[in-house]
Amino acid sequence: MVISRSGARRRLPGVTLPPFETVVARHGPTVLRVCRAVLGPAAAEDAWSETFLAALRAYPDLRPGSNVEAWLVTIAHRKALDQVRAQSRRAVPVAQTPERPATDGIPGAGESDLWAALAALPRKQRQSVAYHHVAGLPYAEVAEILGGTTEAARRAAADGIAALRRTYRGGESR
Amino acid sequence: MTTDHDLFAALAGTDEETRRLHDRLAAAAAGAGMLDVAYRTLDTPVGTLLLAATEEGLVRVAYAREDHDRVLDELARRVSPRVLRAPARLEAAARELGEYFGGRRSAFDLPLDLRLAQGFRRTVLSHLPAIGYGTTASYAAVAAAAGSPRAVRAVGTACATNPLPVVVPCHRVVRSDGTPGRYVGGPDAKRTLLDLEVAA
Repeated sequence: MVISRSGARRRLPGVTLPPFETVVARHGPTVLRVCRAVLGPAAAEDAWSETFLAALRAYPDLRPGSNVEAWLVTIAHRKALDQVRAQSRRAVPVAQTPERPATDGIPGAGESDLWAALAALPRKQRQSVAYHHVAGLPYAEVAEILGGTTEAARRAAADGIAALRRTYRGGESR
Repeated sequence: MTTDHDLFAALAGTDEETRRLHDRLAAAAAGAGMLDVAYRTLDTPVGTLLLAATEEGLVRVAYAREDHDRVLDELARRVSPRVLRAPARLEAAARELGEYFGGRRSAFDLPLDLRLAQGFRRTVLSHLPAIGYGTTASYAAVAAAAGSPRAVRAVGTACATNPLPVVVPCHRVVRSDGTPGRYVGGPDAKRTLLDLEVAA
């Protein structure tokens, strides 16, 4: 992924950025799903808003032809970390999802099952699952965002998916 | 076995959530001085108009036949790519246009940003509000008023490329024989506006 540094505003003749509204319409739903996967539903909206505000700020310097989705997920990754730090500073117990998924099969409890299953994953697995399986980024991009090797990103995502399949059976009748 | 799609179906936001987040972004962008171009659409008797404003004022009014997506691309290129659908900044413009099309307003009182018109074209546009509501002037008369009586064709070009039709009344510029002539919104729209102003 290539992100032009601020001040390095280079334009190929005739190549221009689409209106930012197009970016929000095209990628907003995916970034929301990524934020929710990494943070859960409550903190995700703040992270989404911070992500797109930061993206809007930097947008005029984005090189046309960049992978916009990877760029946004990279920003969302940083904003989600900010949210996690803020959450742990606040440390409000009632806002936490239970560590273990509920198993009592209450109808309509499927969503909270997913949040619980995601929250139970180790951080790297949760992020790898979000960036590869939810955002659709290739493992090399995921590795670039998380640091570490492509193979480590692949393994973390595979382990995360396997754990989710064990603990959460979304979409299946129960 | 569930697919990834089924596995993560619960992550998707509803349309209402998406809309709310979008509105929150637009408000935050405006507050941070990063909403370079705000836009909305407005349904009128001459079709759906696109209204766009910078922090300085109304910068573009566009007819549907101009292709609103192309107009937004042009705004991104010529003004700034920081373009968002954000109706709040266009509240006054939408209200005044509604009053105009309802026959209850004969002049607009809006801050205008004329950056999309330059040189002689801009000079021509600055003379158009002097043509009163319900009246018309010929291309030749406008050329004379703009100080270049021989620049009749250039006046036609200035009108055809008016970035603020309806609000800057290029529809009141007609042929010397009194027929309406061409218009950025199409001849029917020109006729509609002229009839509206005579009837009101």
